[in-house]
Amino acid sequence: MSKLTVSMKVNGKAVSAEVEPRTLLIHYIRENIGLTGPHIGCDTSHCGACTVDVDGKSVKACTMFAVQAAGAEVLTIEGMAGADGKLHVLQEAFREMHGLQCGYCTPGMIVRAHRLLQENANPTEAEIRLGISGNLCRCTGYQNVVKAIQYAAARINGVEYKEAAE
Amino acid sequence: MNAPTPPSAVERAEKLQGMGCKRKRVEDVRFTQGRGNYVDDLKLPGMLHGDFHRSSRAHARIKTIDTSKAKAVPGVIAVLTAEELKGVNLAWMPTLAGDVQMVLADGKVLFQNQEIAFVVATDRYIAADAADLVEVEYEELPVVVDPFKAMDPDAPILREDIKDKKEGAHGPRSHPNHIFNWQIGDRDLTNAAFVKAEVATKDLLSYQRVHPCPLETCQCVVSFNKITGEITIHGTFQAPHVIRTVVALIAGLPEQKIHVISPDIGGGFGNKVGAYPGYICAAVASIVTGLPVKWVEDRIENLSTTSFARDYHMTTEIAATRDGRVTGLRVHILADHGAFDACADPSKWPAGFSNIVTGSYDFPVAHLSVDGVYTNKAPGGVAYRCSFRVTEVAYAIERAMDIMAQKLGMDPVDFRLKNFIKREQFPYQSALGWEYDSGDYHTAMQKALEATGYRQLREEQKARQEAFKRGETRELMGVGVSFFTEIVGAGPSKNCDILGIAMFDSAEIRIHPTGKALGRMGSKSQGQGHETTWAQIIATEIGIPADDIAIEEGNTDTAPYGLGTYGSRSTPVTGAAIAMASRKIKAKAQMIAAYMLEVHEGDLEWDVDRFRVKGNPEQFKTMSQIAWAAYNKVPPGMEPGLEAVSYYDPPNMTFPFGAYICVMDIDIDTGVHKVRRFYALDDCGTRINPMIIEGQVHGGLTEGYAIAMGQEIAYDADGNVKGASLLDYFLPTAVETPHWETDYTVTPSPHHPIGAKGVGESPNVGSVPCFANAVNDAFKFLGSTHIAMPHDNYRVWQAAENLGLHR
Amino acid sequence: MIPGSFDYHRPTNLSDAIALLASLDAEARVIAGGHSLIPMMKLRLAMPSHLVDLAALDELRGVSADGAEIVIGAMTTQHEVIASELLAARAPILREAAELIADPQVRYMGTIGGNVANGDPGNDMPALMMCLGASYVLRGRTGERRVAARDYYQGAYSTSAAQGEILTAVRFPAPPSGHGYAYAKLKRKVGDYATAAAAVVLTLSNGQVATCSIGLTNVADTALFAAEAARAVVGSRLDKAALARASAAAEAIASPAADGRGSAEYRKKMAGVMTARALSSAFARAKS
Repeated sequence: MSKLTVSMKVNGKAVSAEVEPRTLLIHYIRENIGLTGPHIGCDTSHCGACTVDVDGKSVKACTMFAVQAAGAEVLTIEGMAGADGKLHVLQEAFREMHGLQCGYCTPGMIVRAHRLLQENANPTEAEIRLGISGNLCRCTGYQNVVKAIQYAAARINGVEYKEAAE
Repeated sequence: MNAPTPPSAVERAEKLQGMGCKRKRVEDVRFTQGRGNYVDDLKLPGMLHGDFHRSSRAHARIKTIDTSKAKAVPGVIAVLTAEELKGVNLAWMPTLAGDVQMVLADGKVLFQNQEIAFVVATDRYIAADAADLVEVEYEELPVVVDPFKAMDPDAPILREDIKDKKEGAHGPRSHPNHIFNWQIGDRDLTNAAFVKAEVATKDLLSYQRVHPCPLETCQCVVSFNKITGEITIHGTFQAPHVIRTVVALIAGLPEQKIHVISPDIGGGFGNKVGAYPGYICAAVASIVTGLPVKWVEDRIENLSTTSFARDYHMTTEIAATRDGRVTGLRVHILADHGAFDACADPSKWPAGFSNIVTGSYDFPVAHLSVDGVYTNKAPGGVAYRCSFRVTEVAYAIERAMDIMAQKLGMDPVDFRLKNFIKREQFPYQSALGWEYDSGDYHTAMQKALEATGYRQLREEQKARQEAFKRGETRELMGVGVSFFTEIVGAGPSKNCDILGIAMFDSAEIRIHPTGKALGRMGSKSQGQGHETTWAQIIATEIGIPADDIAIEEGNTDTAPYGLGTYGSRSTPVTGAAIAMASRKIKAKAQMIAAYMLEVHEGDLEWDVDRFRVKGNPEQFKTMSQIAWAAYNKVPPGMEPGLEAVSYYDPPNMTFPFGAYICVMDIDIDTGVHKVRRFYALDDCGTRINPMIIEGQVHGGLTEGYAIAMGQEIAYDADGNVKGASLLDYFLPTAVETPHWETDYTVTPSPHHPIGAKGVGESPNVGSVPCFANAVNDAFKFLGSTHIAMPHDNYRVWQAAENLGLHR
Repeated sequence: MIPGSFDYHRPTNLSDAIALLASLDAEARVIAGGHSLIPMMKLRLAMPSHLVDLAALDELRGVSADGAEIVIGAMTTQHEVIASELLAARAPILREAAELIADPQVRYMGTIGGNVANGDPGNDMPALMMCLGASYVLRGRTGERRVAARDYYQGAYSTSAAQGEILTAVRFPAPPSGHGYAYAKLKRKVGDYATAAAAVVLTLSNGQVATCSIGLTNVADTALFAAEAARAVVGSRLDKAALARASAAAEAIASPAADGRGSAEYRKKMAGVMTARALSSAFARAKS
């Protein structure tokens, strides 16, 4: 079980830790770096609660070894707000639209939503649902998560948010 | 220059963000920033990790357990087996249902993945490696997985520990694998009704075994301080005080030295009510090592061992007149409890509140009999937003009403309308012993029918059925209806207790000198938003803005004793305690205000956030001013301070209800369904926060959708558990999950201080039969009467195949 | 949840990777996107002694045209396949199939090489590669060779790749312009493997099917090339009878396992239904 030093940037900050090759990125982030925003919800890479952003890609941190991310730039929920503490539009939107209840899927969901809006600045509802299909939620039934993302997209694009007719 | 106009009552009420408004959630501030405080986030100095070695067999004697290789792994501190636990009398523990359960396998194993050894190591990777190195020799025994065979004369005996006990916790046992028989209702009158029935139906309606599967699994960190003898347990506990008392009773530790803390919980849904071997083993390990021990189960462990839900087989009979009036209901339930009866029911209710099976209908007579049996499956049973078995029997009655309607040739809505309990009949004494508090079913149903254009849907369906018969389409259209009445708010001390502790709940509210407040409650939110909603109740009751009220739950040292949050009991019971405590404070505040204004109390009236003199409204004192006065100048003879505690013993349960309608299209060549529309009208009485209610309904409907359309924890003939990972256990993504339309009526509960009933579980209760009825409705015109859940693609296809539709 | 231990290597070029693999024991594995391998390691169904990470081998990435053939580097991710304008223009079936693989996060990491190389019967790309008449480029100590996708799969997790060979690219002749294509995948939900799936590429001539190629996913212990089913529609206008013949032929070669997706009989029938649906979609898209 020889350890190696794995270094990367997390939320803009250089970090480094001694881990085994088999140490999963999610454990590196949570245990070695001490950021407990991303969560673990399953053991078969389905739930997406561990989703982070690695070099501009949405990645399930439970399905990557920390060593594979050596030298990468990683974004977690803790890096979404500005340096001055100003919340990201998505963080405000999730609260505004009641897009969370227990909060456990939320860090992964928001970081994924962020990447989704980078991929597609103006997604339709169907595109949003497909876009978050790698993030499971047991509390919200997704409907208000979709609204939160639509609201955030509207704000980012500088247009008025129109709630879809029921 | 004119003085600014003072804010109106309406403006002041808005500022309070009290009951009825869509107050944004307090919890979200930390959750959206990844600063939730969940159990696995906790790191204590020197903390060790525990992991289980689990049984590969469903039923076997344990011949040997060799822990030597595991112990030899560097970083392993201890390996516990039943032998070590026997030394502290914890190899077995009592369950909430009056049974006993092995903490670690003692001589035999009774279900696949049962806990055999607990490895404690310096980190979770080492614990996992060492757990793999425990070696167990088994002698296989024959397996019982079919509950219908559990009481055969030659059935293998599962519970050898109680095999000679002819009495269980709930009465006589008729077979070594029998747990209890529970009956209610008038059997003779009911049988007589069936003898003379003009029309009768009888169907076996099975509700498959599923699992609540919250996104966060069960976990704990236990820290025993050898010097002080204090034990601190952080854990995923929906009922932290109950856990504390259980630990006191079974571990013999003094209750004042036990500190139980539930931090943020990532979803409960009933999975986190009971005590599990992981908690006990972590506690013992901490006591033995003097170090904190963390136990976190993984998802496969969660789905296959920490509780389960449903597994009820309900033979349901309805008697009716030819013109569609029900005359009797007779139900027998075979309840599969797995290897130990660890059902988290109130102690006098081994089958939960299954006697709500009369549902929304005016049955003059009814009888219910339930037999619980042991099988080689995981223990548990009450969970998953079930309201204590209400989901099960709501499915039975709603399916059975549809089947009877079909037999009578009546529309399922018309059959229901004809048999609803009428508004003027409330409070209603059901034939199975409940007093339903309030309801207005006809109004709710009419609203649902209008909103969905139900009659036009039936016409459209007829046209599509003709097209199908002509071979123009291979799609079937189903319209599912469910009108549920459920029972929540456990419960009155006269018949509801958990391990002997009555099921009251509590609130303690303290107003600070500067007019802010702190509330602590005996409930424990796992996503329901209590930090937000409890403050709304207090804000409306005593006129302090909700933003000025901090709410705390989950620390058993500071929160008053409560029975926790499950069974939708928080709003009906804790919510009532909050209102009562608030009113005590308001009463004292009124006396202080009268003293400050130099009037009699009776000369004052309440105006949103202040007491004012009747007829002289410029003379007023706000709650803020009164709070300050409470700390510096109270009337002579009065104690300073402004706080109150209330322990609320509810006089009755509450009975939320709802009308759900689902439109579904089914492709018979693949079995794939599409939910075209789902409309859910819920009546939960007074609505504290409509935004949160809507969120609860969305979530519950999604769970119900998953249950009806694909979830199952199944066992093969050898007792191997199937589908216990997210590869197979159906959790719909945002793509499969339908769009939900929510609506409401408001029929307050007459006995509740704010008229609120609770809503969290209703959508799971009502949606499962609605989806099931939609699927069944699609096939009715081809002669089908009942297709069992889950309605996954394969089984829907198979139903079509069985009807000869693929030839 | 916790994988077993292994030593980790990250060669910076292909020859180093090959040399390294040759020097390690038989339990050494390559890792590409890791989204088949790591889940198996977390369940301890795979316990490799060494992992040779191909992530630094940029030479294995990219989509290009090489004469009449399209070449996709093995380390090209599904996300990159979907984004490829070249593939969208010349072989749109790849985008259609890739979009039906797993979920967005998995597609960012999962590679086409990883999807075809190890013989997992549940993966989608093998059937596509069979359908397209693709060949796999394998490089080992003894040099480079090509194996037709249709010949590559021997059984579940059993392929013609020799010990120490790395699959570096897939190559296939670009289907003619105006071809029809479809990938019809029946699944329980997004992220699930196929209950049954069919890949179809065809061309029309005067409204009749001129050429047709069909691959089937997850209805046997390998992907299947449904030659008989394809032959059944050539020369037809894809009328009901032709579709029925094709379905029956697809069913006849399918031997799926019973699992959570359904009984063996159901999945077999679905192989037929997906074949018919993919044929109909492909026909509608084709230009005569």
